[in-house]
Amino acid sequence: MKKFTTLSGPAAPLNMINVDTDQIIPKQYLSAISRAGLGKGLLHDFRYDMDDKEKPDFILNREPYRDAKILIAGNNFGCGSSREHAPWALDDFGIRCVIAPSFADIFFNNCVKNGVLLIVMEEAKVNQLMALADNPQSCEMTVDLEAQSITLVDGSTVSFEIESFRKHRLMNGLDDIKITLQKDAEISAFEATQKAEKPWLYLA
Amino acid sequence: MSEQKTLFDKIWESHVVAENDDGTSLLYIDMHLTHEVTSWPGFESMRNSGRRLRRTDALLAVPDHVIPTIGQADGIKDELARVQFETLLKNCADFDVPLIPLLDERQGIVHIIGPEQGVTQPGITVVCGDSHTATHGAFGCLAFGIGSSEVEHVLSTQTLVQKRPKNMRVSIDGELPLGVSGKDLILAIIGAIGTAGGTGHVIEYVGSAIRALSMEGRMTVCNMTIEGGARAGLIAPDETTFAYVKGRPLAPGEAHWDAALNYWRSLPSDPGATYDKEISLDANSIAPQVTWGTSPEDVAPIDGRVPDPAAAADGQQRDAIQQALDYMDLSANQPIEDIKIDRAFIGSCTNGRIEDVRAAAEVAKGRKLAASVSAMVVPGSGLVKAQAEAEGLDKILLEAGFEWREPGCSMCIAMNGDILKPGERCASTSNRNFKGRQGRDSRTHLVSPAMAAAAAIEGHFVDVRALAT
Repeated sequence: MKKFTTLSGPAAPLNMINVDTDQIIPKQYLSAISRAGLGKGLLHDFRYDMDDKEKPDFILNREPYRDAKILIAGNNFGCGSSREHAPWALDDFGIRCVIAPSFADIFFNNCVKNGVLLIVMEEAKVNQLMALADNPQSCEMTVDLEAQSITLVDGSTVSFEIESFRKHRLMNGLDDIKITLQKDAEISAFEATQKAEKPWLYLA
Repeated sequence: MSEQKTLFDKIWESHVVAENDDGTSLLYIDMHLTHEVTSWPGFESMRNSGRRLRRTDALLAVPDHVIPTIGQADGIKDELARVQFETLLKNCADFDVPLIPLLDERQGIVHIIGPEQGVTQPGITVVCGDSHTATHGAFGCLAFGIGSSEVEHVLSTQTLVQKRPKNMRVSIDGELPLGVSGKDLILAIIGAIGTAGGTGHVIEYVGSAIRALSMEGRMTVCNMTIEGGARAGLIAPDETTFAYVKGRPLAPGEAHWDAALNYWRSLPSDPGATYDKEISLDANSIAPQVTWGTSPEDVAPIDGRVPDPAAAADGQQRDAIQQALDYMDLSANQPIEDIKIDRAFIGSCTNGRIEDVRAAAEVAKGRKLAASVSAMVVPGSGLVKAQAEAEGLDKILLEAGFEWREPGCSMCIAMNGDILKPGERCASTSNRNFKGRQGRDSRTHLVSPAMAAAAAIEGHFVDVRALAT
């Protein structure tokens, strides 16, 4: 997994609540057996018209947000479908950090697994960042995960909280499977006990 | 800490393999269900890293999302979908994964076949790379949806690294009025708690109205728990549960039945167990529900009206309602009954079981679709289809003008060609009314099977209880 240390670039405002993963990456991008090129489909119906032409007004189709690295969104971002294509699409587009007052649980876990940092912040603070992001003159931000801070164009910083396990995983780009496989003996012991107590779970 | 444990506490604690220093737990997974859309990265990665599949006896695969519901015997025409489907077959063959193939009578939507085959059992942990895994919680098992990376983690280790969720209790006492179903109940619950109301929690549904539901109704309720933000819903196992499980092909057989039953009877929450969050609703007051917006929380009773953005609590809510009304082409204060539909879809892991087909057929019997409406019924599995045909339900539906399809996810996710055209309005028994969910610029209203059938016949939403029998 890619490490997350610091990230600098334009922050794009998406001032909407309940942005679901169907909107983040719609169904037509789910049939392939590849993660490549999903960035094109990020927020597809907002970005393209029915003829697949860009909608010039949408934030990610405007400068400097075409190169957005950070997204600032409303409550319950990433709700709905478990599709991991959502963080893949964000990452492929170049967005590796989303800031919102709350996120849906499955999306939250999927992002940790893909080196995408989600920052949960109280709504008032998110709204302040949203207003700054809305102005091309002040949308540039730098996220420093170790320092748990966001530096704004005027040099001031906004701090954020993050659970220690998530910070540790993101900063070190840890492979959860590799770590878990080191506990193989404990897993086998669990299975042996469970098989003795509940043999009907081991019938095949 | 209280000695009184909830159903969730009992299942969680009996599956912890190890507690990690960072506050997460390594949780053992008893049953892993999988399908074509979210499983390929895990198999691909195992192949690349040389990792093995830990247990081939705790996994069951079935294709469901991309398969056609018409002419299945002719194969999949869409090239991308066909390759994805064939990749599942190859992965299952290469890794020795049990697979229910297309055209097998047992094939169907993964969340319908798990219970049908008896792999969904009380007290176990169930995962699937699909958010509607919550469905299986109806049996009193901890079942939740995961992403593709977590799918790979389970394939390789039979465990997941998880942060322990909190306990939430939703109590529904009283009796659901005649014509009001589990679907109406869960829509009313989501309307009450909101789509983030259960975030970070596992919801246990309790109360006399829950106890009175069939397994089909309980599955509908648990299925849409994810739409309330909770990853898992739970209903304590009882005699209804045991009767459903008994005799299923992969359920505990005679040799283990009594031991399993004894264990299952120990699972319900202890009296006095505490919850981090609680709400209650009165079943008697719940009417058939219809969603009007683009989030499952945007719901109103059939005798209600579309909300007025001007009456919203704050600016963000006002904008959200206005955007939903614009997208749905509805106006503020419009009566729900005045909304005309073009299409009806009856099926999905929410409402594709036999009871759902019966409810639709009961409404359709002796009636005809409105001339302006086309409607389809997609059974959730080959077994549901066979049962419905044995009961003559297909004939009733066909005579009324409904299409009778082959099993699959179909127009719930609209990946298989069953899709709405831009602007079309659909009464749908599925679970998500998100923008574009059933096709770009399509308009979805979530309802029960009986309400969808009634709307298809009248051409607009109508209180199914008012249809003369």
